[in-house]
Amino acid sequence: MAEHLETSKPLLEVKNLKKFFPIKRGFLSKTIGHVKAVDGVSFFVREGETLGLVGESGSGKTTTGRMIVRAHDPSAGSIIFRDRDMGEVDIATLEKSQLKRLRRNIQMIFQDPYSSLNPRMTLLDIVGEPLLVNRIASGKQLTHRVAELLEVVGLRPQYMNRYPHAFSGGQRQRIGIARALAMNPQLIVCDEPVSALDVSVQAQILNLLQDLQRQFRLTYLFVAHDLSVVEHISDRVAVMYVGKIAESATTSKLFTTPKHPYTEALLSAVPKPDPRIRTEPMILSGEVADPANPPSGCYFHPRCRYKIDKCVSEAPVLREIEPDHFVSCHRAEELKLTGAFGPVGVQAPKHSDSQERVEMEKGSV
Amino acid sequence: MSSQLASSHDRITTPIENQWVSLLKRLLRHRIAMVSLAILLVMFGASLLAPQIAPFPRDRIAIDAIRLAPMEREPDGQLHLLGTDHLGRDYFTRLLYAARVSMLVAILVSVISTLIGIVLGLLAGYFGGWVDIAISRTLEFVSTFPGLTILLIVASILLRNENFIVFPRFMDRFVAALFAISEREAKQVTLIILTLSLLGWTGTARLMRGLTLSVREQPYIEAARALGVSNITIMLRHILPNAAPPMIVDFTLGINGALVGEAGLSFLGFGIQDPTPTWGNTLAFAKDYMLVSPWMPLVAGFPILIVSLAINYLGDGLRDAIDPRSKV
Repeated sequence: MAEHLETSKPLLEVKNLKKFFPIKRGFLSKTIGHVKAVDGVSFFVREGETLGLVGESGSGKTTTGRMIVRAHDPSAGSIIFRDRDMGEVDIATLEKSQLKRLRRNIQMIFQDPYSSLNPRMTLLDIVGEPLLVNRIASGKQLTHRVAELLEVVGLRPQYMNRYPHAFSGGQRQRIGIARALAMNPQLIVCDEPVSALDVSVQAQILNLLQDLQRQFRLTYLFVAHDLSVVEHISDRVAVMYVGKIAESATTSKLFTTPKHPYTEALLSAVPKPDPRIRTEPMILSGEVADPANPPSGCYFHPRCRYKIDKCVSEAPVLREIEPDHFVSCHRAEELKLTGAFGPVGVQAPKHSDSQERVEMEKGSV
Repeated sequence: MSSQLASSHDRITTPIENQWVSLLKRLLRHRIAMVSLAILLVMFGASLLAPQIAPFPRDRIAIDAIRLAPMEREPDGQLHLLGTDHLGRDYFTRLLYAARVSMLVAILVSVISTLIGIVLGLLAGYFGGWVDIAISRTLEFVSTFPGLTILLIVASILLRNENFIVFPRFMDRFVAALFAISEREAKQVTLIILTLSLLGWTGTARLMRGLTLSVREQPYIEAARALGVSNITIMLRHILPNAAPPMIVDFTLGINGALVGEAGLSFLGFGIQDPTPTWGNTLAFAKDYMLVSPWMPLVAGFPILIVSLAINYLGDGLRDAIDPRSKV
């Protein structure tokens, strides 16, 4: 699968995407500043693959996902989508009248399966709604298609006259997935689709998503904060920090040889399924930078243990240091960072003094 | 996949477990609400059948039998169940006819003002911005009107000059038929209905705006938007049903407000005019004789009391039935 992915052209290409929310104060609602929720994000998603978009809360990953379905209007940048019907379009500047056509081919799965389904609509109404508003099907045909969709996501079609409250969280998320599949979309933006579910149910939903991807050649943009989930489902991963992409690479590369200190810190927090491996998670000092008032240079520098003077004065750009491995760090080449899954059974080195560790790593280069 | 479906298609008939049905079931178990509903239905049914039930013609005057007490007889032996008024008209008959006018006025006023309130509240809450500002300021402006004064002015200018009131002919005919009154009386009734409605929508609009504001932020609304559902469909299919339960309660209590409002107006002599009977104007005449015939205001005021109480209890029952946390 990886081979053909390398060659296929990106289905979705996001370039320098920005979203600034104005901060308004006072009697006349004067704008006194902007929250730079998304500040120059670039990535691409190839047809048939899953791109995991990870980051802490407030990193702008959800906002990015919402701009792609145009739930938010971007402040700047472009979102090039190769639409099946309309050809290459820039979602960022698409007219309202064309958005409806676009939404046939880009759908969304939402985080909360409880509140993202209208409690006063039956499954038939919920799953059939996209078909109805796009005038694809109605009447018996609609019932038929909804039954088909429910079966595809593993629900019994007999339930279609029931209301969402009669279903469990996992079943509800299946309903949400059926709704997203209704239009037979090219791209599905999954906004933390499993983070509200029990771990056992998470796995079922993730497997369902993977099965559906194979069955319908779907492309996913998978927004999440849970790294083990992302690792399981993604072909490639992009890490966001305060509105920017810190690093993006194929999943295996990112998890074994991270090139950005923030990625390293994130990975160190992933619990390892082997009690013999004892590592100390790197506790980052300080707070996540305020997107309304970001620090100078690299946004991560106040918390970075490897920072040099250049990091304070100059913002790094996202650059490709290896094929398909993009990093935005001045020291990406020289640092040797620890991945998530070190050699099993080998005790990872313990270091309390971060300074000492950098020395050691410098020495080993 | 589709062959599988052909067989399963016939099975797609599980009983519909509708939320409205379960709401109705809960309401049916609410005893006071059911008693109230029964009273209201009996009263309303009786009022519609007034010409058949009433023992006397509506405006028949018994000259030698004025201000009879309940169960008293005319000299020629005719029984007056609830007595007669100051002109010798049978109270039972008058109140039956009045029920039709008073209750229908109340229902129509509540229907119209609820409709206005829902539309404006929905628009203001959903679109926000200048739409909200325009509607909310209008709403505040209207709700600062001293309602009674406006009603009195409208009534005193227009009610005495019905011929100047120009409603389309079909409207007069329709109202006359609905209320079983003459077209001249229909003009007055229409005017009262419109005035009460145009003053009464503000509370409903405010409630609907608030409900819309909260429902609008629900993720399923965002989901609908992302699916490409149009604004009007989102408002009608997604927001309105979710705001419906409190609106039903509001509508019910609105009937009560309109009932008492109309009665108050008629009581002051500025509502629907004699000889068209309403509960309000019947009570108004009765009060002049309360010192000599104390039963008169009691008889005339009784229906207002009963219906008003019944509507309030029904509204309470609806509120309980709608609230999923209260297991009635």
